[in-house]
Amino acid sequence: MNQAENQKVRFYQTGTYTVGNRLLDGDIRTVQASSDRSNSLDSGHRACQGCGEALGARYAIDAAMRETNNQLIACNATGCLEVFTTPYPETAWQMPWIHSLFGNAAAVATGVAAAMKVKGRQDVRVIAQGGDGGTTDIGFGCLSGMFDRNDDVLYICYDNQAYMNTGVQRSSATPPAARTATTMPVGPEPGNQFGQGKNVPLVALAHNIPYVATASVHDLHDLERKVKKAMSVRGSRYLQIFVPCPLGWGSKPCDTIKLARMATECGLWPMFEGEYGEITNTHKLRRPSKVDGYLKLQRRFAHLFKPGQEGQLAKMQDLADTNIRKFQLLEEGSDDE
Amino acid sequence: MNKPFAITLDVGTSLLNHTGSWRTERPVYVDRLPPCNSTCPAGENIQGWLFHAEEGNYEQAFYTIMEDNPFPAVMGRVCYHTCETACNRTTLDDPVGINAVERFIGDEALRHGWNVEAGEDSGKKVMIIGSGPGGLAAAYHLRRKGHQVTVFESAPKAGGMLRYGIPKYRLPREKLAGEIGRIEKLGAEIRLNSPVSDVANTMKKEGFDACFLGFGAHVGQQVDLPNDGSVPVHDAVTVLRDLENEQLPDLHGNVVVYGGGNTAFDVARSATRLGALNVTVVYRRDRDMMPAHHEEIHEALEEGVQIACLRTIKGISDGQLELEIMVTGDDKMPQATGQTEMMKADVLVQAVGQGVDLSPIANLQGIVENRGVIQVGYDMQTGCAGVFAGGDMVPSPRTVTDAIGHGKKAAKNIDAYLNGKIYVAPEKHDPAPYEELNTWYYSDAPRSIRPILDVARRQSGFAEVVGNLDEKTAQYESRRCMSCGNCLECDNCYGVCPDNAVLKLGPGKGFEFKYDYCKGCGMCVEECPCGSIEMVPEDI
Repeated sequence: MNQAENQKVRFYQTGTYTVGNRLLDGDIRTVQASSDRSNSLDSGHRACQGCGEALGARYAIDAAMRETNNQLIACNATGCLEVFTTPYPETAWQMPWIHSLFGNAAAVATGVAAAMKVKGRQDVRVIAQGGDGGTTDIGFGCLSGMFDRNDDVLYICYDNQAYMNTGVQRSSATPPAARTATTMPVGPEPGNQFGQGKNVPLVALAHNIPYVATASVHDLHDLERKVKKAMSVRGSRYLQIFVPCPLGWGSKPCDTIKLARMATECGLWPMFEGEYGEITNTHKLRRPSKVDGYLKLQRRFAHLFKPGQEGQLAKMQDLADTNIRKFQLLEEGSDDE
Repeated sequence: MNKPFAITLDVGTSLLNHTGSWRTERPVYVDRLPPCNSTCPAGENIQGWLFHAEEGNYEQAFYTIMEDNPFPAVMGRVCYHTCETACNRTTLDDPVGINAVERFIGDEALRHGWNVEAGEDSGKKVMIIGSGPGGLAAAYHLRRKGHQVTVFESAPKAGGMLRYGIPKYRLPREKLAGEIGRIEKLGAEIRLNSPVSDVANTMKKEGFDACFLGFGAHVGQQVDLPNDGSVPVHDAVTVLRDLENEQLPDLHGNVVVYGGGNTAFDVARSATRLGALNVTVVYRRDRDMMPAHHEEIHEALEEGVQIACLRTIKGISDGQLELEIMVTGDDKMPQATGQTEMMKADVLVQAVGQGVDLSPIANLQGIVENRGVIQVGYDMQTGCAGVFAGGDMVPSPRTVTDAIGHGKKAAKNIDAYLNGKIYVAPEKHDPAPYEELNTWYYSDAPRSIRPILDVARRQSGFAEVVGNLDEKTAQYESRRCMSCGNCLECDNCYGVCPDNAVLKLGPGKGFEFKYDYCKGCGMCVEECPCGSIEMVPEDI
């Protein structure tokens, strides 16, 4: 499955992993490779250097725009994505876009979808989007309700693992051991607690909705394929995209994609797809690695590399190993299928 | 105020917000020098011609090779491809089969009759001595600059060591003739059977404006051995020359070849093909120290050639060679042990070195000879103004590719000399080491292998040993190139920019940064697979 499915051509110079490639037929390049991509999120937005969320949002929305022939409305939760794109009266969105409150993006989207149904505009599709705070904490009630009603909305969560807009506070998507403004690296077990937080993709799956997937900004082909799949079905769908945050994670802006890649390849960010409550596909690891390399590039995990923290570091590796086992991320002859 | 409820400002686009002002470093597109190009003795733009081959445009690939080297079909057979040794892909899996692809392109060019044009006539005349790879390369490049060239060749056929030193099973003569013919079609005159005994005199008599010397090293050297006459002794150069002239050398029974270079193996493998019973290469140092190319040694062993390492020949008596056993000392040099052993031999061929006959330039003023070869400057010019030299007669590793490189370099300098100028080579780009690449983007692609003739057929004739790639495989192999340091139009920079600050200009035109919006995060640099973007500080 995954790439092998839609990538028949093999062995090009840069294989199937680059954004495009002059040697590939147009239909197997990504939407992002096309010079007429919609650029739904345009230049001039005020995201930090190397923002993973800005990148993830353009990837996902451009792909959805292509699938819906540009008949798309986005409902945004409060958060970085809203603030850096749309400081009134200026906006970076080149599409119909609405922002209401922090916690109600799913409910607003439900309303927009209902309105479109009443108007007989089934061709207009609706996306709700927000960060992990607006999704997994503040907007969680509305989100669960939307899943329960199976409203025709694709909800995209851009997961940067904390409340970055307000100054890096812990959310229920913050990983264990991470330093945030509210989980300082002090005491015998510094940083965020182990054993807390929510795995919202699995929670979404438990609602038996038509489609749930996790994706990452480092693997554009995979991400676009998942958006395309999500737009091909009706009902509630959920996509959580891993988007590193240089500011909140204390990483170099140029390392955003590299970190996303490393998180996936060490097992800390498992990529899977599920339909109606069942996991149907997992993204196998091309070059499996240990967690250290990924963690070392981020200041929020710097305390894990101090003397006496070996146990905490081992617990991080355990998390990754558990994911690898649970989601069956390895397969024989791992590097490529 | 005619605005909707609660709206006081006109809506605007974020494009008014020039985020480029945040930047302290800017990304710029660069071309770097890939390791293949950097090590090629002929200075080929290998990454450049592979780029065209990747698209299946073999004709353009051929023209790109021809900018530097007029012998792709020959190169694709006899070059020892230092490019592949240097290839960055070695670190990932195996080097790109550059040599195999070059041969495919060379053969395609001969099959289709692709050709290049000579330059506009300059009215200058250049004399070239020797039609080996150096002389012909010089002739070719000079013709493309519009100079008249006359190549003097003492042998009955053109090609020098390509013909008289490299056996047919490595270089079929129709391919050699095809590529030489292409140079003749450019208007280079080759005078066969025309030895030049006095260069100074001939230059003056025929009114040449400059001269390139490419004598080659055709004098076979021998070690003086006490010999009772029971075993005939030949030198390798003569044996290979006789082979080409179809005066079949008498290599029968137990043939022993003395020496460990490529010439020794050419003789040994030829002897096998001529029906010798046993062929043994005797070499005084360790097998690892053999100067012969490992592929040559490997193929010889496959064909049944035996190797006796750490042996020197002390003398010949009663149809036997007395060999002294050596050991490798701490300084890696062989040391005699005093122990000896006997080896039966019917013929001994000495491949222990080749000298240059310098007598034709005895009358030239200013030539400096050193250890049997002549000194040239960085411009390939000898101490005598207007006389240039290259190939085996100047200090060099003595490979075909080096000679071709000398010919090209000399031609550029001769051209400048004829125009009263000094040639200044363009500055080289910064290197493109493996560390500059982001290899995550390159999918696994095992190296393809050229077909090889069965050993039984190799032992019984001079048919070509190594076969050609088919078109599909050649294209696949060229696509294994990682395009180190040079944009391959993969669209990564265009895709990964969080600020939409890269403009895609269309096929063949590359990309451009929109500096009004680029915040200088450097993600495009980090994610460029081939390392052709770099960050430079802004003037603040």
